[in-house]
Amino acid sequence: MASFHFELVSPERLLFAGEVEAVVVPGTEGEFTVMRDHAPFMSTMKPGVVEVIENASKKVRLFVRGGFADVSTAGLTILAEQAIPIEELNLERIDAEIKIAEEDLADAPTEDARRIASEKIEQLRETKAALGL
Amino acid sequence: MPSLKDLRNRISSVKATQKITKAMQMVAAAKLRRAQVAAEAARPYAERMETVLANVASGVDGDGPALLTGNGRSDVHLLVVCTAERGLCGAFNSSIVRLTRERANSLLAQGKTVKILCVGKKGYDQLRRQYEKHIVELIELRSVRQVGFVNADAIAKKIITMFAAGEFDIATLFFSRFRSVIMQIPTAQQIIPAQVAASEGAASGPLASYEYEPEEGEILATLLPRVIAVQVFRALLENAASEQGARMSSMDNATRNAGEMIKKQTIIYNRSRQAMITKELIEIISGAEAL
Repeated sequence: MASFHFELVSPERLLFAGEVEAVVVPGTEGEFTVMRDHAPFMSTMKPGVVEVIENASKKVRLFVRGGFADVSTAGLTILAEQAIPIEELNLERIDAEIKIAEEDLADAPTEDARRIASEKIEQLRETKAALGL
Repeated sequence: MPSLKDLRNRISSVKATQKITKAMQMVAAAKLRRAQVAAEAARPYAERMETVLANVASGVDGDGPALLTGNGRSDVHLLVVCTAERGLCGAFNSSIVRLTRERANSLLAQGKTVKILCVGKKGYDQLRRQYEKHIVELIELRSVRQVGFVNADAIAKKIITMFAAGEFDIATLFFSRFRSVIMQIPTAQQIIPAQVAASEGAASGPLASYEYEPEEGEILATLLPRVIAVQVFRALLENAASEQGARMSSMDNATRNAGEMIKKQTIIYNRSRQAMITKELIEIISGAEAL
């Protein structure tokens, strides 16, 4: 199958760059698959799983939160605010993190700290929902 | 004429100082490497973001969101000044502050209102003397060991909220661009209204065929706050690298100066010690001759 160039970047680093066969992207208005010679297209993303199919035998699944998918003639670029390989996520860990964040919220000394903690809880819940756990 | 004991004390104190500056230099070098890696890692995202923005913005004609086109006024300027939390890094903080001061003064001379948002304590300390009543807020990042996107995002959100509330018309970011260990360039960058690389948009060819999901306007509305966050993030990272670079070179200078001082003091010490011995000898000899 013909391949095209795909890049996944988060603000902190470049997570993936290379030739792939297809990428499944969780768009805000529905999931879509990008393959070679896709028409120029741009979409926002909802929290969800990006599935990168490098070739028939190799697939990578990553959880992304918030961002954009930009399909141009040069290939697909995903700008994600946060991206985590799916293997690194599991239910217990997310639950544990939610618990920590909730504790943070309970004894947050300032308005800012409270806001950060509640945002974090929100994000973790989104993650959980997106993974269908 | 200082006594021998004084000289000895002086030399040992300079030696202690030299040890400290040497250690600081090495710490700065290690931190610089980390900061540079972080700055480099953030580059792809910022670059892609810019192209995406240029693409989308060129597709929008007429009235875009206020973050892109501005609110039509330019009376109130917000200067976001990013500096370090710590001193002892040469002219790093002062040069950013100097650039800010020049801009603020020229704006004030034009009769505009200036508001200052300080990120980092050192800039605040220096600006407070002159612009106390202009400073709207101080954001300290002292507790943050490695700036993350979260920090930048929080600052960007604050700026956007202020803009939405109509507290200012134009925002400019002040930070130091990292060129090399001995060169950091203080830079002013306008972030609201967003500046789009116009040439890029024009050069990238047929954009009319671009499709958007959801509509362009909606995409822009989510994209712009993020672009601002990315710009702030980039400024913070560049600043972190510049700070360590500046500290490294200034500590290197300090170490060298201390070395020179030790050398000079040691010569004085040896000379006066020798002078004392000679004097004692003369006394003994002339005493013996008198007998």
